[in-house]
Amino acid sequence: MHPILLIVFLPLLAALVAGLTNKAAPSVFAKAITTGALFVSAALSWPIFLGFVAGTYEPTVVPVLKWVQSGSLAFDWALRVDTLTAIMLVVINTVSALVHLYSWGYMDEDPDQPRFFAYLSLFTFAMLMLVTADNLVQMFFGWEGVGLASYLLIGFWFRKPSASAAAIKAFVVNRVGDLGFMLGIFGTYLVFDTVSITEILAAAPGMSGATIGFLGYNVYTMDVLCVLLFIGAMGKSAQLGLHTWLPDAMEGPTPVSALIHAATMVTAGVFMVCRLSPMFETAPVALGLVTFIGAATCIFAATVGTTQWDIKRVIAYSTCSQLGYMFFAAGVGAYGAAMFHLFTHAFFKALLFLGAGSVIHAMHHEQDMRYYGELRKHIPLTFWAMMAGTLAITGVGIYHLGAGFAGFWSKDAILEVAYGRGTELGNFAFWMGTFAALLTSFYSWRLMFLTFWGKPRWIESEHIQHSVHKTPEEAGEDTTGGYHPHESPLTMLIPLGVLSIGAVLAGQVFAPTFLDDAAFWGSSIFYNEPLIHAMHNVPYLVKYAALIVMVIGLVVAWYAYIKDTSIPAKTAEQLGPIYRFLYNKWYFDELYHYLFVVPAFWLGRQFWKIGDVGTIDRFGPNGIAWVVEKGSVGARKFQTGYLYSYALVMLLGLVAAITWVLF
Amino acid sequence: MDYATSFYFTATEIGLSLCGLALLLVAGWQGNKSARMVTIISVAALFGAAIFSIGLFDRATGEVAGRAFGDLYRADAFGSFAKVLIYVAAAAVLIVTPRFFERIDAYRAEYPVLMLFNAVGMGMMVSATDLMTLYIGLEMSSLSSYVLASFLRNDERSSEAGLKYFVLGALASGIILYGVSLVYGFTGSTNYAGIRAAFEASFSTGALFGVVFVLAGLAFKISAVPFHMWTPDVYEGAPTPVTAFFASAPKVAAMGMLLRMAMDPFGGEADAWRQIVIFAALASIVVGALGAIGQQNLKRLLAYSSINNVGFIMIGLAAATPGGVAGALTYLAIYVAMTIGSFTALLMLRAPDGTNLETFADISGLSTKRPALAWSLLALMFSLAGIPPLFGFWGKFVVFQAAVQADLVALAAIGIAASVIGAFYYLKFIKVMFFDEPTREVEATSPVSHWVVLGICVAIMSPLGYLLTVPLGEWTAQAAASFVAAM
Repeated sequence: MHPILLIVFLPLLAALVAGLTNKAAPSVFAKAITTGALFVSAALSWPIFLGFVAGTYEPTVVPVLKWVQSGSLAFDWALRVDTLTAIMLVVINTVSALVHLYSWGYMDEDPDQPRFFAYLSLFTFAMLMLVTADNLVQMFFGWEGVGLASYLLIGFWFRKPSASAAAIKAFVVNRVGDLGFMLGIFGTYLVFDTVSITEILAAAPGMSGATIGFLGYNVYTMDVLCVLLFIGAMGKSAQLGLHTWLPDAMEGPTPVSALIHAATMVTAGVFMVCRLSPMFETAPVALGLVTFIGAATCIFAATVGTTQWDIKRVIAYSTCSQLGYMFFAAGVGAYGAAMFHLFTHAFFKALLFLGAGSVIHAMHHEQDMRYYGELRKHIPLTFWAMMAGTLAITGVGIYHLGAGFAGFWSKDAILEVAYGRGTELGNFAFWMGTFAALLTSFYSWRLMFLTFWGKPRWIESEHIQHSVHKTPEEAGEDTTGGYHPHESPLTMLIPLGVLSIGAVLAGQVFAPTFLDDAAFWGSSIFYNEPLIHAMHNVPYLVKYAALIVMVIGLVVAWYAYIKDTSIPAKTAEQLGPIYRFLYNKWYFDELYHYLFVVPAFWLGRQFWKIGDVGTIDRFGPNGIAWVVEKGSVGARKFQTGYLYSYALVMLLGLVAAITWVLF
Repeated sequence: MDYATSFYFTATEIGLSLCGLALLLVAGWQGNKSARMVTIISVAALFGAAIFSIGLFDRATGEVAGRAFGDLYRADAFGSFAKVLIYVAAAAVLIVTPRFFERIDAYRAEYPVLMLFNAVGMGMMVSATDLMTLYIGLEMSSLSSYVLASFLRNDERSSEAGLKYFVLGALASGIILYGVSLVYGFTGSTNYAGIRAAFEASFSTGALFGVVFVLAGLAFKISAVPFHMWTPDVYEGAPTPVTAFFASAPKVAAMGMLLRMAMDPFGGEADAWRQIVIFAALASIVVGALGAIGQQNLKRLLAYSSINNVGFIMIGLAAATPGGVAGALTYLAIYVAMTIGSFTALLMLRAPDGTNLETFADISGLSTKRPALAWSLLALMFSLAGIPPLFGFWGKFVVFQAAVQADLVALAAIGIAASVIGAFYYLKFIKVMFFDEPTREVEATSPVSHWVVLGICVAIMSPLGYLLTVPLGEWTAQAAASFVAAM
C-alpha cells in the first residue's frame, strides 16, 4: 500500500472515530486518536518530501476508486504525488500535527473537545484531498471540504453570536469565490473536454491565443478561464475584495487560526495557481491581474495591520498581506518562489499564531495588546518563540553572509524576482512589496513591543479584572492588579519549539532547492529558468531593500512604542482621517454592507413582506383559512335547528335541481 | 316463474325477517331479560346473512340470472357486495350497542329486532329492481330508524332527533313517491328494465321531473347537500350506538340504491343528472368540511364528516362509469370501517361514572390517559383525512382516479383541494388528544368486544389495509359489472 493512502485517509478515519464517539468516550480518547493519526501522517510525509529534495522520488498517481463516468466526462478518485503535493503534505501534516498537540493544552477546559479534534482532523483530510487532487473536481471536493471545516471551526463556539456570524461570513464570502472557481472548472471542461489536471496542463500551451465568446465579448479563452479560477483562489486566500472574512475568522479558537487561517487553507489559492501554472502562463492578462491583486492585497493588509489592537487581528492582516506576496510572486512567474514563501510562511505564521495563543492563554483570554506589557519576564519561552517568528516574518538576514531567518529567504526572493521581471507590473509589485515589508516590520515589532516590553497595563483589561476581582481604582499604583501570567503547559510549548526551529532554519536549508533546483520541481509547476537568473542578478540595493526597510520599521516601532509612548496617540490624532480609514480596514465591511448586504436585506424584505406575507400568505393560507372560518360560522348559523327551515331548504334544493335540468 | 329460485335469491331477507319475527315473540314473551340473548342471536343472524350473501356473489352473469319474483328483485354481485357491508356493519354496531344502554338500564329486547328489520329493508333497497320493492325496502328501513333514533324516549334530545328524522323522512318519502308516480306515468312501468327501455324509446320532460324527484328523495337518505339538514341534529340527538349505525349501514344501503337507480334505469340519461350529482358532491364536501370545523361535539362533528364523505362517494357516481361505481363501492367499504371504528372509540370514551363523553374538551390529553385508544383514533382520523399510508387514502384515490378517467378533472381537483379543509378537523382531534393538557378523568378500561371491533377497524385502516386492495378491487369491479350485464 502506498503511504499516501495512509497519509490522506488516517485523518479522515480519526475524524470519523472521534466525531462519532464524541462524548461517549473520555475526551482523551478523541484527542489521542486524532493527534496520533496526524503524527503518523506527518511522519510519513517527510520521507516523501525529502525524497523529492534528494531527487530520488518519482512523481506518481495512486488510484483509489472510480468516481464518474458519463459520456466524455470521466474522472476517478486518485491521489497525485509530485513535488508540489509533497511540499503541501509536509506543511499541512506538520502544522496540523503540532496544532493538534497544542490544542491539548489550549482547549483543555473546553467541554466539546472531541468535536473540536474531529473537526481539525476532518479539515486536515479535506486539505489533503485538495492538494493530492488529480482532477479539478476532486480538487473542488477538497476545496469545499476545507470550506466546510473552516465554517465549523470558526463557529466552534457557536453559542457566541459573533463567532456564529463570522462563520457565516466566511462561508458566504467563500461562496462568491467558489462560484468563480466552479465557472472556471466548467469552462475548463468545456474547452479541454476533460477535468484531468495532467491532460489540461499538457493541452494548455496549445490553447494560447484561442478566443471564446464570453458575456457578448470575444476574449482570450485562457484569460477567461484563469481569471475565473483566480476568483476562486481570491476567495479562499482572502485577497483584496474577498478578504473581509479572514479577520473575522479570528473568532475561532487560536489553534484553528494557526492551522487554517495562516498555514494551510488560505494558501490553497496560491497552491491552485501554482498547480495550474502552465495554464496561467498562457494567460498574460490573468497573470497581470494576479500580480496586481497580490501586490494590492499585500500593501492594503499591511496598512490595516499597523492600526489594529487585537493581537490575533494583527497577525490575521499580516497573513493576508503575506498571501499577497505569494500571489504576486506567482503573477510574475516565479511559482517556485511563491511556493517557497508558502512553505516558510506556514512555519513562522503558525508559530506567531500559536505564540499569540500562548500569550492569550497566559493573559486570561485578553486579546487586546493595549492591556499587555512586560510579558517577556513572565512568559519567557513564549517570548523567545514569538521573537523567532517575528525575526522570520520581518525577514532578518544578510545577503552577503548567506544567513537569515526563514522569511528573509523567501520574501527577498519574491521582491527580487518582481524587480527582476522588469515589467511595469513587476516594478509596481516590487515597490508595493518593499513598502509592505516596512509596514510588516513596523506592525510586527509594534506587536512585540506592546506585548513583551514596557510597563504592565494588565489591570485595564476586563478579563484580568474579572480574574483578580479588582477594578483599576482598587488596584491603584499596581498596574498588574496582582495578576500572575503563567507560562503555557508543555503540550503548547513543544509545538512552539518545533515551529521556532522551522522559522529559523526552513529558509536557510531549503532555499537552494526551492529557488534554483529545476530538477526538484520537475513538471509539477511551470519553472522559468531565465527569470531565476534575472532574480539573482538584481542590484545589491534591491537585495538589501528588505533589510533596510526592516530596520526602518524596527526603529520607528521602537521609538513609538518604547522610547516615547505618546507618539502613537499624537500621530493618530494628527492623521485623523487616514488613521480612521486604516483602523476601519479601509471601510471595506461598511462598503460591502451598503453595497450588498443592505440591498440584499431590502430585496429579501420586499419578497418577505410584499411577496410572501402580503401576497402568498394573504391570499393563500391565511386568506383561505379566513374564508373557511367565515364559511364555518355561516354553516353553523344555517343550521338553525328548526324543522321548517330544514324542510324549506330541501324543497328549495329540489326546485333548484328541477330548474337546472329544465334549462 | 320459479318460486324456488326466487326464494333462494331472497333468502337473506326472508331469513332475517323470520328470525326477526321469532325474536320479537321471544322479546314479547321474555321481556328485557332476554335482551342479551336476542342481541347475540341477531348478531349471529346478521353474520349468517352476510356469509350467505357472499355465496350469491357470482349470480350476476346471464340475462335471467339472479332475477326473483318477475324481476322485482335481483341478486347480483352489486347487491351481494352492498349487503355484506350492510350486514357486517349492522352486526358490528350491534356488538358495541348494549353496554351503552345498560348503564342507564334502557336496553330493550326490541332493539336488536328493530335492527334486524332495518337490515331486511336495507337489503331490499340495494337489491330492488322495481320502484315498488324499492319503496317498501326504503320505508321498512326508515321506519325502524325513526324508532331507533328516539329509542331513549325519556331523553329530550333523543325524542327530538326521532321526531325531526321522522318528519323530514316523511317529506323525503313523499318526494320519492311523487317522483315514482311521475316516472310511472310517463314511462308506463315501475320496473327498472321497463323504465330504461321506455327512456331509450322516447324521453319526456315529465319523466325527467320524476327522475329528479326520485334522486332528490334518495339524496335525503344519503344526507347529500342540500338534503343534509337533518343529519347533524339527528346524529347528535340519537343515542351514540344508533348514530354509529346511521352513519354506517344505512349510508351503504341508500348509496347502493342510488347507484343502482342512477346507473340502471336512469343510466341512459347520465348527462341529464350528472351536473346535479356534481353539484351535490362538491356542496357536500364543502358544507361537510366547513360545518365540521366549528363543532365541539364529536358526534355532531362526525355527522358533518359523514356528509363530507358522502360527497367524495358521489364523485364516483358523477363519473357514471363502471370504474366510478367500483370506486364509490371501495370508498363505501373503507368509510364504513372508519366510521364504525370512530364511533366505537367514542363509545369506549366514558367518564369513570360511566357517562359517555362526546366533546373535544373531554378527549383533551387522551394520549396520556388511554394511549391505545388515542393511537387508534389517530389512525382513524389520519385515515379519514386521507393521509397516506393509511387506508383512507386509497378510497379517495380510487374515486378521484375514476373522475379523472371520466374527464372530470376539475371535479377531482376541487375535491382534492376541499379535502384539505377536512384535514383540519381530523388533525384537530389528534392535536387535542396528543398535545393538549388532560382535563378530566376517563374510564380506564373497555370491554374486549369493543376492542375487537375497534381493533379490526384500525387494522383495516392501517397500512395493512393495502393488502385488501386487490380483492377489494376485484369485488367492486365485479359488482360494478352487474349493471353492465343488466344493460
